[in-house]
Amino acid sequence: MGITLKNLSRSYGTLHAVNDVTLDIPANTIYGIIGKSGAGKSTLVRLISLLEQPDHGQIFYNDKRVDNLPKDLLIAQRRKVGMIFQNFNLFSSRNAAGNIAYPLEIAGVTKSEIEKRVDELLELVGLEGRGKAPISTLSGGQKQRVAIARALAYNPDILYCDEATSALDPQTTRSILNLLKDLQKRMNLSIVMITHQMEVVRDACEYVAVLEDGKVVEQGKVVDVFANPQAPTTKDFLANLTPLADYDEEGEGRIVRWSDEGGRFTLRFRGEKTGEPVLSRIQKQFDVEFNIRAGGTQKVMGEEVGTLVCDIIGESDEVDKAVAALQLSGILVEEENV
Amino acid sequence: MNQLVTLVWSATAQTLIMVFASTFFSLLLGLPLGILLCVTGPEEQGGIIEKPLLNNVLSRIVNVLRSFPFIILMILLFPLSRIIVGTSIGTKATIVPLSIAAAPFVARIIESAIKEVDPGVIQAARAMGSTTNQIIWKVMIPEAMPALASGITLTIINLIGYSAMAGAIGGGGLGDLAIRYGYQRFRPDIMVVAVVVILVLVELIQIVGNKISSRMMARR
Repeated sequence: MGITLKNLSRSYGTLHAVNDVTLDIPANTIYGIIGKSGAGKSTLVRLISLLEQPDHGQIFYNDKRVDNLPKDLLIAQRRKVGMIFQNFNLFSSRNAAGNIAYPLEIAGVTKSEIEKRVDELLELVGLEGRGKAPISTLSGGQKQRVAIARALAYNPDILYCDEATSALDPQTTRSILNLLKDLQKRMNLSIVMITHQMEVVRDACEYVAVLEDGKVVEQGKVVDVFANPQAPTTKDFLANLTPLADYDEEGEGRIVRWSDEGGRFTLRFRGEKTGEPVLSRIQKQFDVEFNIRAGGTQKVMGEEVGTLVCDIIGESDEVDKAVAALQLSGILVEEENV
Repeated sequence: MNQLVTLVWSATAQTLIMVFASTFFSLLLGLPLGILLCVTGPEEQGGIIEKPLLNNVLSRIVNVLRSFPFIILMILLFPLSRIIVGTSIGTKATIVPLSIAAAPFVARIIESAIKEVDPGVIQAARAMGSTTNQIIWKVMIPEAMPALASGITLTIINLIGYSAMAGAIGGGGLGDLAIRYGYQRFRPDIMVVAVVVILVLVELIQIVGNKISSRMMARR
């Protein structure tokens, strides 16, 4: 189910938590919304998950307007939307199976059907036979799996993940993201992930929107945004991208920064460019030297994206010529303002 | 000796009837009031249907009732006892003012127990499409159960104290026994026995209440 936000705004006093946000979230994809704390992520997710009403603007699920539903229709609509949270928000008064049963109970599903569905869901999230476990006996990853099963119990069209991996360690994050990717394909879900971790966007999302001060400052396909970031916030997120521990046996996805000093130029390669010896070719052609400060390649949705932070040393006109040649060969060159 | 046993036994039975009946009725009055106080309160503390004005009025009424001296409240409520149970003296009649005196206390205890439920859990329940009633009965109350159990224990113990006071104005029970026999007829032995029985009752209820509460926690 596609989600469309039109000129969405929500203020608290003088704080414009969400400020004129217009977004098109395509159906059947994983869409990331990234922002630092205070960027308005939480408010945005509360608005689009219909927990709060916007001051201005409209929300559409497919073509149906949903931000102004009367109470009974609102409750019916919320049942068709799943949500998971950073702190899992499971009911401690119920065991794992009881938690998963809750959305079915409130919707009036019969007892025997609930039992059947709960077993299916436990299997779906890889927790077969753990239905009777009290919540406090489960690990963080298992808790999030129970929360995912609970969110999907009533067969929603949309799943919202509000910082769903922020409380988990890297390995568990990876397994939860893989589970979500798998479920997205199997259940034709539209997943919206609200996060402050660029790693989550890189590893799971197809599209991304970058939020800053309540506004969308950049959006597009994750591959495009990684290869050619425009907004300073986006560049900032990409600069701080750290490797996930044991991310990949072949070392893919690692970006290493040796030093915070220097590095006037950031070069970004994409696709087959990551495999070409561009720098040495240019070094031979012009009277310049490259001093590499940091670099690496990452796989984003199956496509390689390379990043290199370096200084280019030489006469200024030679440097200019080298930069022009780099750009000519399809590499994106960003120069830090000195 | 035999007479003493009979006296203490029947007084204990009266006290237990008064305490448990008034616990029941004060819960009946206090539970809805406590829930109402919580759900109409501020949103971040479980206020799922925020109503500041109603909340303020209810809160004031509860405070006034709670600060009312019990012995005076009891005298004021004699006419009500006469209407409900037909008399204003004896065990049955005392249940009315006891219930009413304890209700605001129960309301506060229930309010604060529910307020401690994790707001995130309530948010999750809302996001899943729960109605207000479903949130109250299927989420708030079960989640707050251990705190509610210890709150009810506290209520029972308080009511034992109140019921002893009620004895002073013809309420019956152990307080009545201690005053009439122990104090007015100079029988310190009866006074001591009555007080010891009250202490034992309080201790027993505390132990049982703690057991129930911790068993609930252990299952989570």
